[in-house]
Amino acid sequence: MAENLPERQTDIGPPHFSKFLPPVIKNNYGQWKYHEIKSPGVMVHVAESGDQVWTVRVATPRLLSTDTIREYCDIAEKHCDGYLRFTTRHNVEFMVDSESKVEPLVNELKEKGYMIGGIGPRISNVVHTQGWVHCHSAATDASGLVKAMMDDLHEYFHTKDLPAKVRLAVACCVNMCGAVHCSDIALVGVHKTPPRIEHDKVKNLCEIPSTVASCPTSAISPDPKAKSVKIKLEKCMYCGNCYSVCPAMPIADPKNDGIAIVVGGKVSNLRSNPKFSKLAVPWIPNNPPRWPEVTEAVKKILDAYIAGAKKHERLGEWVERIGWEKFFKVTGLEFRLQHIDDFTFARETWRMAATFKW
Amino acid sequence: MGQKHQTPLLDELEKGAFPSFVKEIKRAAEHSEYAQDLLGQLELSYKEKVTHWKHGGIVGVRGYGAGVIGRYSDVPDKFPGVAHFHTIRVNQPAGFFYTSAALREICDIWDKYGSGLTNMHGSTGDIILLGTRTENLEPVFAELSSRGWDLGGSGSAVRTPSCCVGPGRCEWACYDTLELTYQITQRFQDELHRPMFPYKFKFKMAGCAVDCIASIARADMSIIGTWKDDIQIDQDEVRNYANSGMDIQAEIVDMCPTGCMSWDGNELTINNEDCNRCMHCIAKMTKALRPGKERGATILLGSKAPIVTGALMSWVIVPFMKMEPPYEELYDLVERIWEFWDEHGKNRERIGELIERMGFPTFIKEVGLEPHPVMVKEPRRDPFFFWSEEDIEK
Ligand code: HEM
Ligand code: HEM
Ligand code: HEM
Ligand code: HEM
Ligand code: HEM
Ligand code: SF4
Ligand code: SF4
Ligand code: SF4
Ligand code: SF4
Repeated sequence: MAENLPERQTDIGPPHFSKFLPPVIKNNYGQWKYHEIKSPGVMVHVAESGDQVWTVRVATPRLLSTDTIREYCDIAEKHCDGYLRFTTRHNVEFMVDSESKVEPLVNELKEKGYMIGGIGPRISNVVHTQGWVHCHSAATDASGLVKAMMDDLHEYFHTKDLPAKVRLAVACCVNMCGAVHCSDIALVGVHKTPPRIEHDKVKNLCEIPSTVASCPTSAISPDPKAKSVKIKLEKCMYCGNCYSVCPAMPIADPKNDGIAIVVGGKVSNLRSNPKFSKLAVPWIPNNPPRWPEVTEAVKKILDAYIAGAKKHERLGEWVERIGWEKFFKVTGLEFRLQHIDDFTFARETWRMAATFKW
Repeated sequence: MGQKHQTPLLDELEKGAFPSFVKEIKRAAEHSEYAQDLLGQLELSYKEKVTHWKHGGIVGVRGYGAGVIGRYSDVPDKFPGVAHFHTIRVNQPAGFFYTSAALREICDIWDKYGSGLTNMHGSTGDIILLGTRTENLEPVFAELSSRGWDLGGSGSAVRTPSCCVGPGRCEWACYDTLELTYQITQRFQDELHRPMFPYKFKFKMAGCAVDCIASIARADMSIIGTWKDDIQIDQDEVRNYANSGMDIQAEIVDMCPTGCMSWDGNELTINNEDCNRCMHCIAKMTKALRPGKERGATILLGSKAPIVTGALMSWVIVPFMKMEPPYEELYDLVERIWEFWDEHGKNRERIGELIERMGFPTFIKEVGLEPHPVMVKEPRRDPFFFWSEEDIEK
């Protein structure tokens, strides 16, 4: 397209956020006194000055068409003087400066079929990655898993209470572009077979030293005769790191790619320290478009948590209180060899004590 | 435009209560060839259970090495609309606040040159414009940058910094996360657009230990707000919570991890010296309790995902730093850390992994920090520690 283009600028950085703050926020910036959650999707923040900002939170599928964004704009223009914001977890938020403006806004959102919720002790939107929609490395799709899972769990977004917040996440491969490893329940796409080496392509596409260096388990070594590399298969843990560096080592394997479930992570410091998620289910086959086995396993975990946790207790805190051995008992999930760590921090995870529950 | 490809599997995901990404792609497909063929290719992935994207070539805009993710289809003959399907990362405004006018501007540009599909937002925080051809990259960039938008980071560069909503709408923000995010992004424009590090470097700013931006899990440098003096208490409001049914003993006092609180049915007492500022009590009694007034941030370093040698969470390197403009003390620290990384880091070695390899004490010494008990959970268990020349009597 060779039409006249405006003059490009470089290194200007993003616009300053103050251009986009609603007046009530600009006037009370840094002067908030407290907030109250009024319903699963509505909260009010009150400033020292007495001013109020009412927020209505709405789920988005993260993957948004420009037309839908314009629809959000229409709503913002009609109710919120044209201001809106997004959250870290892919919700969109509409803010108004008085209680009387909340009802008309909520009514219009409901009329248009938007799902309001995600605030307080419940499931907020799902942090997730690209998957088959846009990534070369994916062992599964992310958007589809999120949609299928949330279709089953959406009541916990807009209505039902949980003991505490439950943060869900999906990453479509072990690169984990998103905060999955520290979520209450996360799905991760995993490969189960080593990459295949396309020897004829390696010399054009890949640099051999960096390909060798990319492997965390030192499974890859040069193969000077073939001007390529070779893999010690018994050392490979299917991480796909080599494929990210060398496109001639594809790792996708439709029959064996699948989904692992990890649980019990958190990032907040409330009560207990932040925690990594730990393995609950090592592998479930890909079963698009709805992955019913995955959703079923997630529900088992969630139901056991709801039945057993105390108020305010996050999933990981509950499991630590009852013990992981009991977690497998109350969820009915199978404990397998893969659950026992043999990677970098393995020995910290073995039970160096004679105390445990039957 | 009618639908070009049949998508029986994806159609399943239009059903159900939760918002559907398939509906979004179809909506874009009403006026975009890209989105039409994306539907086709995605349906094929659903059928074959495998991705059809190739690890792309190096593409970008003139003068930048970052901000564009190259992406090509491995079945371009069937789906020419996504033969090229590059992502553009647009640096979001701090806190994800927008005016509708700003969003419409971006939407118009994207409809003209791209697929009409976006992510609001990518996990790093950028506005993700999903899918265009190589020859459209310069025009999109000209249109965006002439209107005040710039690209975000990718590859071995500073990644687009991002933050929690902070003082914009949160009473717990212990420093101005939005302003710091804006300033740090401006300060390191060169490092953001032109990858020259061993690997990526991410900053995330959280206003308090609730850490709504997950900085401790996914930023090389996690800047988390905190305070030094006493939690502010409004005893009348405490009593209001009690009167309206909160079991203060069970829900607050007994859940305090340090056991530093007591409640006599009338007054809540906190032994602030023993409080570790976990935020539990403050988050549950928003009207009664607030962070102290002597505010700043704790700086933690090093988190990363399991690739390559296992996951790390960030750990404390500076217990407390005032976070006020012009932030020179912070920039100075960042530059000393990058020097250390530049000198010792291997290709694709994150700062956290480098410190693991070289030793945290070595890092502390070379970067010029002071050892402090809060840097560790406990002292070492082994007897294998080192001394340097100056510790030895000659
Ligand atoms: C199912 C499992 C997991 C998933 C889906 C997952 C996903 C992710 C994602 C998406 C990120 C994104 C980071 C970003 O936005 O920058 C991430 C980061 C991270 N993950 Fe995980 N993770 C998983 C398991 C783990 C485990 C088991 C650990 C540690 C034991 C871990 C440690 C980390 C760390 C330290 C980061 C830091 C992020 C960075 O490098 O920027 N993760 N993870
Ligand atoms: C020795 C060779 C290579 C190394 C060490 C290497 C390394 C990397 C790394 C570390 C990333 C990470 C990006 C991120 O963190 O977001 C990356 C991304 C990428 N690589 Fe490579 N790569 C190599 C070869 C190639 C080749 C041959 C191609 C294409 C033919 C390629 C295409 C890409 C693309 C498209 C991306 C995503 C771009 C981005 O994130 O900005 N790479 N590569
Ligand atoms: C060799 C390693 C890696 C390569 C080649 C790589 C490549 C890529 C590519 C190509 C994308 C763009 C996906 C798309 O929009 O099409 C991406 C996105 C991303 N990557 Fe990586 N990546 C690598 C490792 C990691 C790791 C270890 C993390 C974090 C722990 C990470 C975090 C992210 C994040 C946060 C995004 C944005 C995802 C989103 O928008 O949802 N990457 N990466
Ligand atoms: C230069 C320093 C040290 C030397 C030379 C040393 C030497 C020894 C020796 C000879 C024993 C064997 C005693 C026996 O079983 O008869 C021992 C046991 C032990 N040492 Fe050390 N030690 C040192 C430092 C430490 C430190 C710093 C720690 C812990 C932080 C430690 C913890 C232990 C423990 C736990 C045992 C085993 C006691 C048992 O058998 O239950 N040592 N040490
Ligand atoms: C000439 C040198 C040494 C001799 C003759 C020696 C001798 C012994 C003997 C006889 C035992 C008891 C074995 C038992 O009760 O079954 C022992 C235990 C032990 N020694 Fe040494 N030792 C020597 C040097 C060291 C050094 C330098 C260290 C460590 C710094 C060390 C660490 C230990 C430890 C940790 C044990 C306890 C082992 C266990 O119970 O597992 N020893 N040593
Ligand atoms: S998690 Fe893996 S497959 Fe998913 S977007 Fe990131 S690199 Fe791609
Ligand atoms: S998949 Fe991972 S472990 Fe296997 S060869 Fe490649 S880099 Fe090594
Ligand atoms: S991290 Fe703390 S300051 Fe920031 S939005 Fe969350 S609770 Fe508020
Ligand atoms: S902030 Fe945490 S440690 Fe401090 S008093 Fe409150 S609950 Fe206890």
